[in-house]
Amino acid sequence: MIFRAILFAFICLPISAHSSNVRVHERIFNNGLKVLVKEDHRSPVVVSQIWYKVGSSYEPGGITGISHMLEHMMFKGTEKYPMGEFSRIIAENGGRENAFTGRDYTAYFQTMEKSRLEVSFELEADRMRGLKLDAAELKKELEVVTEERRMRTDDKPRSKTHEYFMAMAFSNSPYKNPVIGWPSDIANYQVDDLQAWYQRWYAPNNATMVVVGDIKADEVFTLAEKYFAGIKTSVIKPLKPQAEIEQQGVRKTTIKLPAKLPYIVMGYKVPVLNSIEDKSEAYALEVLAGILDGGSSARLASRLVRGKQIAVSAGAGYSMMSRLPELFMLDATPAEGQNVFELEYALKQEIYELQRELVSDEELQRVKAQVLAGAVYERDSNFYQAMQLGMLETVGIGWEKVDEYVEKINQITAEQIREVARKYLLEEKLNIAYLDPQPIKEHKQTSKVAGGRHAN
Amino acid sequence: MRISFISLFILLFSQSAFSAAKIQHWQTSQGSPVYFVETKGLPMVDVRVIFDAGSARDEYQYGIAALTSALLDTGAGAWGADEIAQRLESVGAQLGSGVSRDMAWVSLRSLTEEKLLDKALQTMRVILTKPAFNEKDFQREKNRTLAGLKHREESPGALAGIEFFKALYKDHPYAHPASGVIETVSGFSAEDLRTFYKQFYVLNNARVVIIGEMNKQQAIDIAESLIVDLQSGAKPEQLADVPEPSKGVTKHISFPSTQTHVLAGLVGMHRKDEDYLSLYVGNHILGGSGLVSQLFAEVREKRGLAYSAYSYFSPLLRKGPFTMGLQTRNDQTTQAAEVMQNTLKAFVEKGPTEKALIAAKKNITGGFAMRFDTNSKLISYVSMIGFYQLPLDYLDTFQQRVEAVTVASIKDAFKRRVKPAFINTITVGGK
Repeated sequence: MIFRAILFAFICLPISAHSSNVRVHERIFNNGLKVLVKEDHRSPVVVSQIWYKVGSSYEPGGITGISHMLEHMMFKGTEKYPMGEFSRIIAENGGRENAFTGRDYTAYFQTMEKSRLEVSFELEADRMRGLKLDAAELKKELEVVTEERRMRTDDKPRSKTHEYFMAMAFSNSPYKNPVIGWPSDIANYQVDDLQAWYQRWYAPNNATMVVVGDIKADEVFTLAEKYFAGIKTSVIKPLKPQAEIEQQGVRKTTIKLPAKLPYIVMGYKVPVLNSIEDKSEAYALEVLAGILDGGSSARLASRLVRGKQIAVSAGAGYSMMSRLPELFMLDATPAEGQNVFELEYALKQEIYELQRELVSDEELQRVKAQVLAGAVYERDSNFYQAMQLGMLETVGIGWEKVDEYVEKINQITAEQIREVARKYLLEEKLNIAYLDPQPIKEHKQTSKVAGGRHAN
Repeated sequence: MRISFISLFILLFSQSAFSAAKIQHWQTSQGSPVYFVETKGLPMVDVRVIFDAGSARDEYQYGIAALTSALLDTGAGAWGADEIAQRLESVGAQLGSGVSRDMAWVSLRSLTEEKLLDKALQTMRVILTKPAFNEKDFQREKNRTLAGLKHREESPGALAGIEFFKALYKDHPYAHPASGVIETVSGFSAEDLRTFYKQFYVLNNARVVIIGEMNKQQAIDIAESLIVDLQSGAKPEQLADVPEPSKGVTKHISFPSTQTHVLAGLVGMHRKDEDYLSLYVGNHILGGSGLVSQLFAEVREKRGLAYSAYSYFSPLLRKGPFTMGLQTRNDQTTQAAEVMQNTLKAFVEKGPTEKALIAAKKNITGGFAMRFDTNSKLISYVSMIGFYQLPLDYLDTFQQRVEAVTVASIKDAFKRRVKPAFINTITVGGK
């Protein structure tokens, strides 16, 4: 099942390159549009993705989630291709399409048989500037997005816990807001808000087109020239930095919701590739995440799930490619008879050990072997390769970094891992949320989500 | 102009499809079928061993197939779970196992470099042929499964799914969820798993699928050595037929969620069903084509009632379900469910328009290459062809068979197979 507007709240893509690098062709048009092409001739298909530098972390208070709302509205038609035509034409050409919004990007994609790329370019170029926003359509689509929010967050205790957790962990960084937006913001978008957001961010000089597949780079550039080169440049006002203030002590919150299992999520404020001076530190944090959660042999599965048997599941993750400083995340579900506080203790013990002792050579090699193999496996998917390029470019790291990944990971030593553990995984930068399950009882009233009904 | 362009495209495409998925087939010296596709361009291989050992084989021990599968890599031969994981991950290999209603599988993804691949395959072989089912691992995995089953009770969608299958399949082995239920799983012993394994993980019930950058001889050797140590065993008995659909039921389960999940449907078709293509293409128009389907248009685009609205057939060895689904704010459940039912009724009565059928065919045939444009997708297709004994040229002839579907054949198939009076409707949510 594929639905329009997949929402990727957090994408933890371990970006990788591969030993035999396939060349990425780059062309920047005079209007500022960057086009990246990677040829992959294994299958007669081509994926095209257009990435806009806008997402929930660009949004001011009051209109959180508007990037995602606009993404929905982007399927509602232009002067040239009225409502429904975009999807109808793509479908008739055998294409698959969708879109996704994250904290740092909004992207639209089509996968087509290779000879149909032009169809997708023409439509995508048209809606970069030609979108017609209609109040009646917005009213309906607000309901759709509210249903989406209910499905993704409101009725899922863990998703809700994550939402509260992020809102607590960040004081003023826009990462505190959910990608889909707060309910009362969703309920109160006006056509003007969307129009302004569209005009502000949808421009060739704020976009990257990525094409991967069975096609020659020159052909792609010729097509891109034909459809995109004539689009006028906009003045893109620089984004305010909204740098997170320093956290001065541990923060904890308890979330009580009808649920069956307790759950704990923890996050240390850490820098990312974008924000760090010594870039190797970001790679060291990435390897550190692998030591904890890089497969079934990694420490959390081997020690907490199997060894001590105190967790039924436990994980760790770090998104080094975020645009803004991030959280190094840990989460776990207690085994029967255990509780979240015992898990908190055990997870912290794992962090202390990383600060105290060097990881073994064997462990380090295993993480590196998986990264190396992963770089081959991910080339199985054109879509994934396009995502890597698009994301790196859109968050401001630059697509060229894709080729450095394996090598940079390979250079990381046990000492560097201990060093970043000591430097960044600090108690005063720690945030914790506990999900405290309440009995699941049917309540008799018609359920109301704050704000959700304002739209009626 | 447009038509000639399309037909030219299909002609060209059929050739490349052929080379993209040329399935080679043989049997191991002990008689297990092997399916192999040689790919080029990436030094990797996917290997999957499949068994007729899904949850339909659970009998009254609901969930035993799933737990047996989950135990395989937690101890085998002389190795414990840690050693197995270390062996695989030190060479960058990825092992997986799982079950569906029909199937159980163990899969491996590895680089093809000889030293790495050998170690990965050797590990997989021991997991397949000498699983230990140690008491300690068993207790832990059982507890983890039980926690998962408890977690499932947080989800109105999951609860709706369970009730839906119960309503459709009653006493049939497809009725219960593949992961089991708390009442049955808590009663399992390690010995139960061993018994299940011995009966179903046998040569006469195994098929091997290999997709990767290697030649046929390498694939022959891999398949041969991988399962050589399995017991011969016997083919499982024929799975019971699914009773014909009869008058549908409507059931509501109260749940403190903001949305109500609605599932509606009936027993549909099996993998080799004579109505397969008419139902498949018809459903594509009704609710299977994502953003352009009728259900999507009626429920979401016109009325804003739900984020997702869809329908699909899940063809299985026996007749799998036809399912329509949506989720909507509690107070508009009746309205949304009615829109869904009316859309179905209209479709069954009138069938699709000629125009809609042409558009659907263009979408299916024009997007055909995307169904197996990665090794991951390809191995799923080839496993399906192997497991359900579909013709080896299934993929090559698929587009032709889609082209042969007519408005009349869709109308006829839906009239006979999807009777609105037989539709079961399950709702889970708040009032």
